[in-house]
Amino acid sequence: MNTFRIGGVHPQDNKVYSANKAIIDCPLPKQAIIPLVQHIGAPAVPVVEKGDKVRAGQLIAKAGGFVSANVHSPFSGVISKIDSTVDAWGIRVPAIFIDVEGDLWLDEIDTTPALVRSGILEPKEIIDRVMAAGIVGLGGACFPTHVKLMPPPGKKAEVLIVNGVECEPYLTCDHQLMLEHGEEILVGIQLLMRALDIKRAIIGIEKNKPDAIAYMQKLAGRVLGVSVKPLNLKYPQGGEKQLIDACIGRQVPSGALPIEVGAVVDNVATVYAVYEAVLKHKPLVERVITVTGKNVAKPGNYRVRFGTPLSDVVALAGGVPEDTGKIIGGGPMMGRAMNNIDMPANKRVSGLLFMPQEESRRVAPENCIRCAKCVSSCPMGLEPYLLARQAELEMWEGMEAHNIMDCIECGCCTFTCPSHRPLLDYVRMGKATVGGIIRSRQAAK
Amino acid sequence: MNIVLIALLVLGATGLLAAVLLYVIARQFRVEEDPRIDQVAEALPGANCGGCGFAGCRALAEACVKAETLDGLLCPVGGAATMEKVATILGKEAVVGEPMVAVVRCNGTCEARPRTSVFDGSRSCKIMNACYVGESACPFGCLGCGDCVAACQFDAIHMNPETGLPEVDDEKCTSCGKCVKACPRHIIELRKKGPKSRRIFVKCVNKDKGAPARKACLNACIGCGKCQKECNFEAITVENNLAYIDWQKCRLCRKCEAACPTGAIHAINFPPRKPVEPVEKPAESEPKKEEDQA
Repeated sequence: MNTFRIGGVHPQDNKVYSANKAIIDCPLPKQAIIPLVQHIGAPAVPVVEKGDKVRAGQLIAKAGGFVSANVHSPFSGVISKIDSTVDAWGIRVPAIFIDVEGDLWLDEIDTTPALVRSGILEPKEIIDRVMAAGIVGLGGACFPTHVKLMPPPGKKAEVLIVNGVECEPYLTCDHQLMLEHGEEILVGIQLLMRALDIKRAIIGIEKNKPDAIAYMQKLAGRVLGVSVKPLNLKYPQGGEKQLIDACIGRQVPSGALPIEVGAVVDNVATVYAVYEAVLKHKPLVERVITVTGKNVAKPGNYRVRFGTPLSDVVALAGGVPEDTGKIIGGGPMMGRAMNNIDMPANKRVSGLLFMPQEESRRVAPENCIRCAKCVSSCPMGLEPYLLARQAELEMWEGMEAHNIMDCIECGCCTFTCPSHRPLLDYVRMGKATVGGIIRSRQAAK
Repeated sequence: MNIVLIALLVLGATGLLAAVLLYVIARQFRVEEDPRIDQVAEALPGANCGGCGFAGCRALAEACVKAETLDGLLCPVGGAATMEKVATILGKEAVVGEPMVAVVRCNGTCEARPRTSVFDGSRSCKIMNACYVGESACPFGCLGCGDCVAACQFDAIHMNPETGLPEVDDEKCTSCGKCVKACPRHIIELRKKGPKSRRIFVKCVNKDKGAPARKACLNACIGCGKCQKECNFEAITVENNLAYIDWQKCRLCRKCEAACPTGAIHAINFPPRKPVEPVEKPAESEPKKEEDQA
């Protein structure tokens, strides 16, 4: 079996616009805004002050807790102020403003493209460097990577699963990264295997990327224990739990983490960042994002330093197409429509998708016809029609009893609904509310 | 013949046994219920809105009967008249609380707060609030989908299509608090209705600093603190760049209204002020007189 067992849908992949476009470096901006919330968990705490001179790669804010991540300056320049900025959805977040002056890196950082092979490093050393570099999962959730590398006592990782699936339609940044930096990713995999003390790694790649499969298979053949698993197309295969099921046939129990079944999942972009952090001492200050859409003049994959206004990247791709109805941050399935494109690039944004007016318009919802398509498409085995109704009626206990917290917000239910019901909207709102109730209950204990 | 007799005997004996059992149980486990609870419940409006803080009208009735005094127990729907009735049934003294009313604390009208995006999802404030900042740039202001209108059982709150904001009908509002709970941005507040429905409040909940708040909405409170300095009764506090007027301390002097540079402080149902600029004294003494009369 080459895919996960429960649910899933088959959206048109539309990767043709930006596939196989070489990664282009985005020029440095004049002023950069570095948000301090670029990950799941507590905001980072600034360690610099207004007027300080910083060099690229320097730590400017340290993690605000165990589940949090360091933030480094992607530029050299002067801190102009520490204030707040609005994120893609108009919500205010704390941020550090930098007046960019040139591109001077810290001395120990190796910015040359030369490949460095793994030396003998202690697992602890690897984890410490990953933690210091502020690496988070670049697949979308932005969960701090060092947390994954430190399994709770009594739990043992058996296999590393590397996510090269990129099941989101339109996005091609991971695909291009594998083609251009396959060797570095392989070294990164070896580092992670060493950090976790495991002998086996599987790279999962969907079959719509035959060139990446062939290339990675060629490279993986040289390394003991690493294999490539070509997977049949199905969304959301890139979901952590779905990928584990597809690759090793194990199902993660409800409410548990992948480590429960002995798996650790990391995205290829994350693995590349681990390689850079550990062997080149380069913290996570940039990522590849896909700028794409039907009418975009120059769709492609752009390497962007965090803090660069997204409008700069858009300008590089030929500006906002005229008939754009919505700009989506991320892919069309899990991404969310953005409120402004002047916001800075950060660890979270994996793509910018320009949807034409006619395609982006929502269809007026009609009554539920009880076809249960949402139930059979849900990859977590939930009942979206019921959860959406319960959220509408504010039946939070009922939602919790029906395992709302297992929802991965993949959007299969809304995608598949023949009545165009906005199921995910309600489920998401309910999940946020129930999550809050559960957290406050735990805090009260 | 014999069979019929046996059947009759068995059935008769079972019936008798059951009757005795039921009698004993009814005697032994009888629940004493105050007959006044029914009477009080009868007097209450029966809307079961939960505005009193109890699960329904009967729960309030039970609480009224149990309580020593009626202090703190109030049916917001029925108001003073209903509580008077309840008091006569129970032979207690009615404690008449301040009549309250729901107040919408956002003045982000279409002109003052330009729309920056269009939301084409479900017309629900809760959903929109979970998705993003809303159709304007103000992350605190009214989203305008009317969750409060849908929540009101008394037809007291309506959207004004011109401003895009909900408006409360003082006459119909029972201060049950449903709209307060329905608003995901906590814009609606229950405040003292005030003499002749006169009240002063800050019609804004924006906690951003002055510049971004003003950029998002011309009518926003910028937290300048001028009103706080003007107030003689310490009724105004400025916290998180937002002024708040404590209705328990406010004496309706209207000084703060004149001091507010953005017009975020609203005084409603007052008689029109005489022009302030030419003669200052009469303009100030006028509202004071009104207040005394009220």
